[in-house]
Amino acid sequence: MSEWKKTNLLDLQDLSKEEIDLVFETAKSFKEVSAREVKKVPALRGKTVVMLFFETSTRTRTSFELAAKRLSADTINIAASSSALSKGESVLDTARNIEAMNVDMIVVRHRSSGIPGMLSENLKASVINAGDGCRSHPTQALLDIFTIKEKLGRMEGLKVGIVGDILHSRVARSNIWGLTTLGAQVTLCGPSTLMPVDIEKMGVTVNYNVDEVVREVDVLMLLRLQKERQQDNFLPSIREYAKEFGINSSRLKQAKKDMLIMHPGPTNRGVELSADVADGERSVILEQVTNGVAIRMAILYLLSGTHKSIETEQE
Amino acid sequence: MSLLIKNAKIINAQKAEDNLKDILIEKGQIARVGASIKAGSAKIIDAEGKWVMPGFVDLHVHLREPGREDKETIESGSRAAAKGGFTSIVCMPNTKPVIDNAMVVEGVIKEARRVGLVNVYPAGAITRGQKSQEMVDMYELKKAGCIALTDDGRAVDNSQIIKMAMQYAKMVDILLMEHCQDYLLTGGGVMNEGYNSTFLGLKPDPGVSETVIVARDIELAAYLGARIHLMHISLERSVELIRKAKEDGIKVTAEATPHHFTLTDDAVKSFDPNTKVNPPLRSEKDVEAVKRGIKEGIIDCIVTDHAPHNFEDKEVGFAEAPFGIIGLETALGLVITELVDKEVISAPQMVDRMAASPANIARLANKGLIEEGKDADVVIIDPEIEWEVKAEEFVSKSRNSPFIGKKLKGCVEVTICGGRISYQRK
Repeated sequence: MSEWKKTNLLDLQDLSKEEIDLVFETAKSFKEVSAREVKKVPALRGKTVVMLFFETSTRTRTSFELAAKRLSADTINIAASSSALSKGESVLDTARNIEAMNVDMIVVRHRSSGIPGMLSENLKASVINAGDGCRSHPTQALLDIFTIKEKLGRMEGLKVGIVGDILHSRVARSNIWGLTTLGAQVTLCGPSTLMPVDIEKMGVTVNYNVDEVVREVDVLMLLRLQKERQQDNFLPSIREYAKEFGINSSRLKQAKKDMLIMHPGPTNRGVELSADVADGERSVILEQVTNGVAIRMAILYLLSGTHKSIETEQE
Repeated sequence: MSLLIKNAKIINAQKAEDNLKDILIEKGQIARVGASIKAGSAKIIDAEGKWVMPGFVDLHVHLREPGREDKETIESGSRAAAKGGFTSIVCMPNTKPVIDNAMVVEGVIKEARRVGLVNVYPAGAITRGQKSQEMVDMYELKKAGCIALTDDGRAVDNSQIIKMAMQYAKMVDILLMEHCQDYLLTGGGVMNEGYNSTFLGLKPDPGVSETVIVARDIELAAYLGARIHLMHISLERSVELIRKAKEDGIKVTAEATPHHFTLTDDAVKSFDPNTKVNPPLRSEKDVEAVKRGIKEGIIDCIVTDHAPHNFEDKEVGFAEAPFGIIGLETALGLVITELVDKEVISAPQMVDRMAASPANIARLANKGLIEEGKDADVVIIDPEIEWEVKAEEFVSKSRNSPFIGKKLKGCVEVTICGGRISYQRK
């Protein structure tokens, strides 16, 4: 198994195939921990992990917090509304102040692309990107790909479709990096106004016909469509989006038999997917959430630099 | 006091003199140009081995006073201009309050005179409060001392207002300068649209936001027979539109900044907020087109768009950081390093784009030329000195430059403005 040298997790394009595999191997062991009666190992005992969320989040923050707690780390949550940021302090100042209290890891989410990178350059603590602007959401992509691998057993040559608002999606961008690194073929689909320019240069294809995409892929990832996109004139209406790009069971009749439906959440039922599809047997949406904790445990563990085997650390 | 510049290699826009000459400066004017002038009581400056050029004229400078004296003042900005070889600068009206009435104009002029380092010519706003809703009192502003009007920072969004303004300004005989960027079309973008914006996940500003205003204003100028000056041109397509307009005899002039002919949007990959400007840094082919435009005179002049922001402003994320970078102290080095040394333009062409042509656009009749009877605005530069841009060496109050750490060739030895030495290199 390859050795882990990174001290920050900023973007998925920073990770090699071997490093991604190492994350997955580690996550597999930790997934087992979460299924135990006593869901705790002492791997990060004495370490402090701060969740610094400048943008609201429920599942990502909760997932990171549970991951840290199951590794016995001390955790603190700082949300934008309660932070000094609303009093005019700069992001960097806020982070420097937190670091001055001797924290080991900072999990950061910010609406502005590049903030985790800026923090990592200025802090000694490990920085984990929990989503920055439209740029990157590496742990989400890792848990998505981990789930695909778990379900379908392979990545090489797999066809993955990502449908929705690609322009504003950090989930799409991180998945593109991860999936193409592991040899999958990615097709993007969505309204032309929500397709970023030159995205093909990331090694993907674009197809505006969702039915064609549904027919050919092994995995269909749906993205949340923000209601504001209509107000900002990216779309004629949410209604038209739901009709032309929304995934429902009749559309899925043409799909491959074992095709997976994924969604990073939170879902807009009736917009990007119908309720029966969200709850249907192709859907692995809740398994993504479950795997999210394991992936984040793996990342926290690997970044902490504690390389003892997990078995010996059981309490 | 009089000055005598000895052994001057005089470079004007028309030509570089073959023989070294002396320049006698008396009472703020160039009294004599000739061989072996006797000094008398004049202070002697030996310019042997240097280039002696008319002082540079910058049509686009943000001095931030009144309102944001923490970023720059008329005094610190004048000092930066003198250090950069500029003797005349046009300061932008997007201050607090906006320069849209005589009182603010007079305040700026009074302070600039007190400082007395360079000629500061205020540009007034085109619309009151720069809100694109109603025209300013143009006669009042002109009489108070404005030499141009602009809503710089934002285009005049309302097409009907800019049409009326161009029509009215033609009668008043005052220059209108347009910030070429359709605000709604920028879509809140913070960098050039392209693979880099896609890759970085930063909101893209499509170039068409610039070209739409360029095309609109050219059409209005053609229709009205009015003139318009197009600011900080950054795209190949804009250069082509301006080329065609000039061929058609439309009275359009244009400017470009050093950062738009030296940096591409690759620089943004660092997420350095000091690469965030309006219009944004563009692609390689746009950089080449801007250089070509400068060489061919499609772009008439080089301006800095000196836009100081203090460090705190830039210590936030790229998306939150304000637009703008400083440029007065790096312009000459960038022009020599990237244009003159690489033979894109000649030294006389450099004088044209940095002194003669902007002086002509701003109707500064006695500037931009070293000749007997002209104002004694002169810069002596050493084109061979290599230096590194260092944050701590800026005399501007701000240090928001993307060129920190870059090695440049060519620097100012002496700046003389109105017959007085306003800067001398130590």
